Amino acid sequence: MSMQGVDKNMDIEAIASQLPPFAHHMGMRVHGFEDDLPVICYDFGPEVTGRPGYVHGGALSGLLEMAAFSALRVVLADAGRADQMKPVNITIDFMRGGRQHTTYALGQVTRLGQRVANVESFAWQMDRRKLIASSRLNFLLRAPTKE
Amino acid sequence: MSEDHVFNPKKWIEMMSSHGHGGHIGFGYHDHGDDWVELALPWRKELVGDTDTGILASGPIISMMDNATSLSVWARLGTFRPQVTLDLRVDYMRAAAPEKTVYGRGECYQIKRSIAFVRGIAHDGDPNDPIAHVAGTFINMDTGK
Repeated sequence: MSMQGVDKNMDIEAIASQLPPFAHHMGMRVHGFEDDLPVICYDFGPEVTGRPGYVHGGALSGLLEMAAFSALRVVLADAGRADQMKPVNITIDFMRGGRQHTTYALGQVTRLGQRVANVESFAWQMDRRKLIASSRLNFLLRAPTKE
Repeated sequence: MSEDHVFNPKKWIEMMSSHGHGGHIGFGYHDHGDDWVELALPWRKELVGDTDTGILASGPIISMMDNATSLSVWARLGTFRPQVTLDLRVDYMRAAAPEKTVYGRGECYQIKRSIAFVRGIAHDGDPNDPIAHVAGTFINMDTGK
């Protein structure tokens, strides 16, 4: 099924409904789309604070990982696939301190193979061009077993 | 150095975990040595990443490992020094067993003027059967100007 012509609000709800309890616990929500891929965000607050006034590195990592998962799910769906996604590893680079603003993250699937997907994700705050963190993730994919 | 200035991971974590992200996730002090700190993250349904299995999301484990490795730098130094995470890599060996406490042991194996090098494992009871391995670096923010 093509994503074109589909109400984006429906898409936001569909993607939000697939976020796990941990994402909701952290106040993550689907902000919108960029190039048909979901932007995930959370507001600044005690639940994401590390050192006073800054976003915790682990909280940022969780957001980057959720953006990567969500992007991969959309790209798999576009390819007509419903594979299980198993993260193998994640590498996070922290570029700037996350301040007391909403943080956004977007994933991009660099390569979708049969067994492996290589995904990157990026986080920013007020200025889309100033990334505060990025990550690379490798996923093992497994097609659902036919019953 | 007076007793007050010696870095005490237990006191530090008890002070920090009452608020902020660490408190929200709910990890706390478990054990420490000269160059390592171990934290404990009790299983909670709010932290689940897969509702079908009850397996914890990896985000809370990354957060705990970020803190455990960060604290290990101060344990090795014997004192606090302002620093931020430069990078962190996590390799997932297997999923955490549902409803079991996850332990995160961070170790600092080298400290230079600008960079501290860390590694660690997350496990759910048996350190020889880890859930994840981590490696990372912290950059010193106290440039001594």
